[in-house]
Amino acid sequence: MQAKGTPDMLQDKDRIFTNLYGFQDFGLKGAQSRGNWDGTKALIEKGRDWIIDEMKASGMRGRGGAGFPTGLKWSFMPKESDGRPSYLVVNADEGEPGTCKDREIMRNDPHTLIEGCLLASFAMNAHAAYIYIRGEFYHEASNLQIAIDQAYEAGLVGKNACGSGWDFDIYLHLGAGAYICGEETALIESLEGKKGQPRLKPPFPANAGLYGCPTTVNNVESIAAVPTILRRGGSWFSSFGRENNHGTKLFAISGHVEKPCTVEEAMSIPLKELIEKHCGGVRGGWDNLLAVIPGGSSVPLMPKDVCDDVLMDFDALREVGSGLGTAAVIVMDKSTDIVYAIARLSEFYKHESCGQCTPCREGTGWMMRMMTRMVRGEATLDEIDLLWDVTKQVEGHTICALGDAAAWPIQGLIRHFRPEMERRIKEYRARIAA
Amino acid sequence: MSHLRRPAPQELQPTSFAFTPENLEKANKIIAKYPEGRQQSAVMPLLDLAQRQTEGNWVPTVAMDYIADMLEMPAIRVYEVATFYTMYNLAPVGKNFIQVCTTTPCWLRGSADVVDTCKKELGIGVGETTEDGQFTMIEVECLGACVNAPMMQINDDYYEDLTAESTKAILDALKKGEKPKAGPQSGRKGCEPIDGPKVLKAFCGCGAAPQDADASKGDA
Repeated sequence: MQAKGTPDMLQDKDRIFTNLYGFQDFGLKGAQSRGNWDGTKALIEKGRDWIIDEMKASGMRGRGGAGFPTGLKWSFMPKESDGRPSYLVVNADEGEPGTCKDREIMRNDPHTLIEGCLLASFAMNAHAAYIYIRGEFYHEASNLQIAIDQAYEAGLVGKNACGSGWDFDIYLHLGAGAYICGEETALIESLEGKKGQPRLKPPFPANAGLYGCPTTVNNVESIAAVPTILRRGGSWFSSFGRENNHGTKLFAISGHVEKPCTVEEAMSIPLKELIEKHCGGVRGGWDNLLAVIPGGSSVPLMPKDVCDDVLMDFDALREVGSGLGTAAVIVMDKSTDIVYAIARLSEFYKHESCGQCTPCREGTGWMMRMMTRMVRGEATLDEIDLLWDVTKQVEGHTICALGDAAAWPIQGLIRHFRPEMERRIKEYRARIAA
Repeated sequence: MSHLRRPAPQELQPTSFAFTPENLEKANKIIAKYPEGRQQSAVMPLLDLAQRQTEGNWVPTVAMDYIADMLEMPAIRVYEVATFYTMYNLAPVGKNFIQVCTTTPCWLRGSADVVDTCKKELGIGVGETTEDGQFTMIEVECLGACVNAPMMQINDDYYEDLTAESTKAILDALKKGEKPKAGPQSGRKGCEPIDGPKVLKAFCGCGAAPQDADASKGDA
C-alpha cells in the first residue's frame, strides 16, 4: 500500500523545517543560511492570485486538525477592502494532548513562520498579522519575539516589507491557559480581550472575524510551510502523499515507543513505518501494541489490527473511523490501562469545556464521572450503552467541536474495547457479591 | 476546583495596586499593538504583567480594577477574563510554582511518579504550598511537550523527560536556591530521538552552538 511517488524515507532536501531539533541558530542569520527570506520580494511581486493558486496547487490541507484546504480558505477573503482592514491570525495555541509540533517551529525555526505570515497576509490583503501563542510557551514566545524584532530591524517586515512596497506588521499575543482558544472563533474572542467562548458561525471569520473584520485563522505549521511551497512550487509539495492528502507533515510520536520524537515525513506514510523507522518501534515490539490515538486526543483510538497497515493521512484515517487531526501519534502498549487512558482524556475535556453550551458543560462532567467508574468497573453492563448515548447527546449539539472531541475518544473505546469494559464490570460485581 | 481559581480571601487582598514605571512603559507598548479603540485586547498581557509584579505571583482584585481603569473597560469584564484563564493565580503561590502535567501522554510515560516524588519530597499534596512558601504544586492539563513526557513547568521553565530521580534532583537544587537546567533531563537537546537525530544530521552536527534565548531579552 506504499503511496505512489513516496520514497522509502523523506529526504532531508525535501524537509521544510531543517532546524526542527534546534541544533542551529534560530535567529535571522541561521534562518538565512537555511534558505529562509530568499527572494521573498520576488514572490510578492508575482501577485496575490499567483500565491493563492500555488497554495491551491500544493494540495495543502490545514495542519491544525480540521484539514480544510488552505488555498481555498484564503480565497474566501475579500479581494477589495470595503473600508475594513483584513487580518491574518495564526493559531499557535497548541494544546491538543499529544501535540507538540508548532512548539518546535516557534522556538527553533521562527523565521519560517514570520516569512509565511508576510506572504499569506499579502495574499489575503492583510496589513497585519497576530500570532496567538499559548501562554505557557514562554521561551517559545521569547524566541519568536526575538526573531520578529530581527525581521523588523532588517526591513523584512514593517513598512515596505522586503522592499516590496507592502506594509506589514506582525504582533505576538500570549494566551493564558485555555485549550478552547485553539478553536478559531474562541481565539478571536480571546484576542479581543474576552473569555474564550466560541462564536456561532455564520458569520464566518472571513466575513466578520477579529474586530468584526475579515480574518483568516491558520495553524502555525500551515503558515510556516508557505515560503518553501512558493519557492519550490505547489507541484513539489503535492508530489508527496496520496491524492487529496499531499505534502510533508510534522508527526509527533509520544507514549510507549522506544524513542519518542517529532519528525517531518511525507504524508500517507504507513503508521507502522513511522513508528519503526523513526521511534525505534513500539516498546516491547510491534506485537506488544495495544492501540494508537493517531491525531491528538480528540480522535478515536485504533486497535492494533487497524494500526498494522493504516496510512497516516486524512482520508485513510477517516476510513478506519479515526482522523489525522494534528498528527500527534499517542502509542499505547499492552501494559496500558486503556480505560483509564481514555478516562483521563474525559477529565481533560471536562476541565477545558468553556461552559457556554449546556450539552458540553454538563455532558463532559457526566462522561467524566461515568468513565471514572468504568475504570474500576463500578457500573452495570447497560451503563455502557447509556454512556454511548450520552456521547451522542453531546456530539453535534454544541457551537464548537469540543463537544465532539470529548465524545469521540469514548466512542472509540466502546467500539473497540467493550469486552474489556464488560470484564471490569463483571469482576467488580462478582467482588461486591462475594 | 483549585483555590487558585477563586479570588483570595479579603484579608490577603492588598488595598492598592499600580504598575511600576518600568511595567507601565511595557503596558503602554502592549496596548499599542492593537488598533485604536481596541485596547481591551491588552487585558490578558496586562494581567500577566500584574501577576509577575505581585509578590506571590498572583493577581489581586485591586490589580484587576486598576487594569479595567487603564483600558477603560468594565471591571466585571476583567474579572471574567481573570477567572476564565487558568494561568492567572487568584491567590498567592509559592516561589517555585510547580505544574505537573498528568494528561494521558504524560501519564503513559510516568507522570504519576513525578507527582508522587513532588508530594514526598515537598511534604505537600496537590494544590498545596509548603509552609516556608517556597513551593506550590498543582496538576495541570497538557502543556504541549508530549514527545518529551513526562514533564512539569516550574515558573516559566519546562523540565522534560523526567523520572522520579531527576524530579528529586531538580527539587533538591531548588531547595538549595540553585536554578537547575531547564529542558529535557535525559541528555537530549529537544524533540529528536534519545540516541540522536535520525534525520537532518547535516543540520545537527555542524551548526553554531545552540542559542537559548535569554528570557529577559524577549519582550514576550
